[in-house]
Order: sequence, then structure tokens, then C-alpha cells
Amino acid sequence: MKLKLPNPIPDQLRPRPRRPGEGNGRKSAKDIAIESGRDAGISVVDWVDERTSVSGAARWAMFRKVPKGTNWFYTFGSATMFAFLSQAVTGVFLAMYYDPSPTRAYESTRHITNEVFLGEFVRGMHKWGSTVMMVLIFLHMGRTFFFGAYKYPREINWVVGVVLLVLTMVMSLTGYLLPFDQRSFWATIVADNINGTGPLLGPYLADFLRAGPEFGATTLSRFYAIHMLLVPGAIVALIAVHLYLVAKLGTTAPPWIKAEEPDELRTEKV
Amino acid sequence: MADRRETKSPYTEDRKIPGAFEGETVTRRRLMVGSVHAFGGMAAAAIGLPALGFALGPVFERQRARWEAVGAPGDFVDYTYRPKVITVESNVGEAGKTTVYVRRHNPEIDGPVKDSYDNFVAISTKCMHLGCPVRYIDASQRFVCPCHGGVYDFVGKVSGGPPVRPLDRFYTRVRGGQVQVGPRYSVNSELRRFSPRDPGQPLDGIGPYMYPRRFSTPELPK
Repeated sequence: MKLKLPNPIPDQLRPRPRRPGEGNGRKSAKDIAIESGRDAGISVVDWVDERTSVSGAARWAMFRKVPKGTNWFYTFGSATMFAFLSQAVTGVFLAMYYDPSPTRAYESTRHITNEVFLGEFVRGMHKWGSTVMMVLIFLHMGRTFFFGAYKYPREINWVVGVVLLVLTMVMSLTGYLLPFDQRSFWATIVADNINGTGPLLGPYLADFLRAGPEFGATTLSRFYAIHMLLVPGAIVALIAVHLYLVAKLGTTAPPWIKAEEPDELRTEKV
Repeated sequence: MADRRETKSPYTEDRKIPGAFEGETVTRRRLMVGSVHAFGGMAAAAIGLPALGFALGPVFERQRARWEAVGAPGDFVDYTYRPKVITVESNVGEAGKTTVYVRRHNPEIDGPVKDSYDNFVAISTKCMHLGCPVRYIDASQRFVCPCHGGVYDFVGKVSGGPPVRPLDRFYTRVRGGQVQVGPRYSVNSELRRFSPRDPGQPLDGIGPYMYPRRFSTPELPK
């Protein structure tokens, strides 16, 4: 299978094709060099593709048929994914400066905001990006719901999406503590105690989140590990499942598009 | 792979399997597959269980009771509270400190002294709604929470707002001429003592059963 790549040599620079009978029938070294240069990109792709069959998978995933009536509402899902990618990238760079120890966390956050070059911008991207992601994920969920896209055969994708929503909320909760200012500290105390109000298991869940009966030395690093390793890993894996199912099952038409009759039936009526 | 053919006998010999032994009921292929799965499971458990225990460990770890001196007995009166700062968690800087309100036991308000840990009343500032810090306001003789409007009276009983039980207290004792504040305990609406619970967990009626004592509770004085 060949992937069509745009030709790297513009038309004006291409050598004029030889006329019949012109030359001695053999290609000059210059022509061979130009030809192999022109095909270099295709050759590389072919070399990889022959060994991986990746182009088939890429075409299967990306060049899908979409129903009539597909519109801008269908972009919320990928918008949410790109919001997540933005969070991942800015988060990785914030982790280069952030120090998750209770005595140093606030100071390192202040350092990022006030002293690191573009630190305020990257931290702002991460902070406001989390809100953007929450808004987009709810818009995506609303689109799915109101277009009936959760129905057969897409139930599993709805369930995976709901788990992704919960994980995103866990990200918001655990990330809120990390600046370690008064607001994040007390908000986390409140959130932890809300967890504790669950009957029977609640008290133990609260102890698990705090790593002890009081907000202690390892609570912050525990939240940090959940925020930057545990939950993002789960989110990436579930996004992969989510996208696989989208490619496998296709998207739905909006509810206002009527199903077209098959041609056979239409001719019979006439 | 499991043998999918219909089998009449459990013995491999009866089923005409080549190389079968007398009395053999499990094919060698099945035994190998089974043991590979078992070893794989053991290897996964060898990694997974310690990691899980590592993360869950603090839930089962019993804390040590700590006692901290907050001043001489003469520093405290029985008609109002003195705020004192104690450390409930070390190694976390300011985040590990908390304010306690301490006063002398007042028989007219508190009734008879229950035991030797009751001579001084130390009220926790942890709001029993969701854990924000309450403040004692002398003019109204009330504890007020800034987060969601919880209000408590002079002895810490709820007089308004969302809190589900009176303010927690600390055991107190006098040692070496100093009042010491010890482990926290919770009280129900009749001020009966319970092992320390988190905020938001009522202790009246079935409350103590809904929110059981945690493994991390330190050994409390009897």
C-alpha cells in the first residue's frame, strides 16, 4: 500500500520528459539522482509500511466515512483530547520546577509564577486549561446525550467516557492541592472530609487519601503521585479505548437527519 | 488449550490419548498451561500485593499518642478560652500546627469532673461540618466557622449551621506543673466520649456504627 505524499519538487523544477527517440535511451546520472530524490519520501514510508502495515491502520482510523449532517458539535471530543494533551505537556514542564514537599511546595509554586521565564504563562495554561477541559468534556457529553449517540452499539463507549469524566474530576481535585496555598490546603481538607462521610468505608478512604489520620508529611506527595502518574496513565489508556471504539463503530448522524431509503426500494415504488 | 472433544472418561488412557499413563486424568498440555498461568499469577501478585500494601499501609498504622505542654495551670480560667498552638503532625511545617482553645473545667457548666483528663477542657478548632478552622468569639461566646457558617456554643455544642456533632476535644492532664494537651477525641450531642472521628460523621444513633473507629487511632487514655 502506498501512502500518497505531496511531491517535494514543484512543477517548475521538474525535468521535461524525454521525447521519443531523444537521447541514447539511457538515463543520465543527474536524472537518476533527481528521480530517487523525488521518491525518497515515498521509499522511506514504504520501507516502514512494508514492515509494520501502519498505513492500513492509519487509514482505518483516520479516513473514515462520516454520516451526512456531521457538524461542529462533533468536534468537542477531539477538543477535549487536545485540552488533555495541553495539560500533559504543560504539566510535564511544571514538574521540572515543582517540589512536592509540604515545606517547599508553596515556595516552588511562587518561584514558577514569579521568577521562571514564561513560568506564569505555563502555569496559567495548566490552571485555566483544566477548567477548559472540564467545560469541553461536559459539552462533549451533552452532544453525545442529545444526539442519542450513547445508544446501541455505543454503550461501552459511553461507560468509558463516564469513567474518563470521573478521572478528569480526580485530576481537578488532586491538582487543586498542589499550589499549597491557604485555599488549596483547606479545600483539600474539606474534600477529604467529604470522602470520609461515606458510610462504613468512608473513614478508611479518608485515611488512605491523607496517608494517616491527619493531613501529614506524605499527603501532598501522595496527591502529586496520583495527579501526575496514576490518573494520567489511566486517562491515556482509556482515551485509546475510546478512540478505538469510535473508529470501529463510526459516528452517528444528528437526530434531524432522516435515514435514506436504499435504492432498490425506491425503484420498486416507482 | 482445553480438550474440546467430548470426553466420556476422565482417564486419558480410556480416551486413547497417545502416551497416556494408567490412572492419568490431566493431560500434560493442560498441566503445563495451568502451571504457567499459576506462576504468572504468582509473579504478578509478587509485584502487585507489596505495591498495594505500600499504598494502603498508613490506613492500618496506629499513631502514637502525643502530649504537648501548653502552659501552667494558672494561665487558664474557667469562664473563657485561651488559644494555644499545638503540633499534630511533625515535618510538615505550619500545615502540621493547629489551634486549641483551653480553659479550666467549670462545674457549673460542665458538671462534675469525669476523670483526671477532664480538669481542663481543650476544644479542637476543626469544624465538625467539613474540617475548616473555627474561631472563638468572646463577645458572643460562640465558635464560628468561616467556610459554611457552622456555629457552636460555649461548650462546643452545635447551635446552628451544618455541623453534625459538637466540636472535638483533647485529653488534658497536668504533668510537671504544665497543662498538657494529648490525643483528640470526639463527642456526641450529649458530650459522651468517642474515639476521634473525621468531621462530617455524626455520632448520635447509628452514627458510631456507620463511621467505625479507624485503625490509625492512637491508644487513648482510659
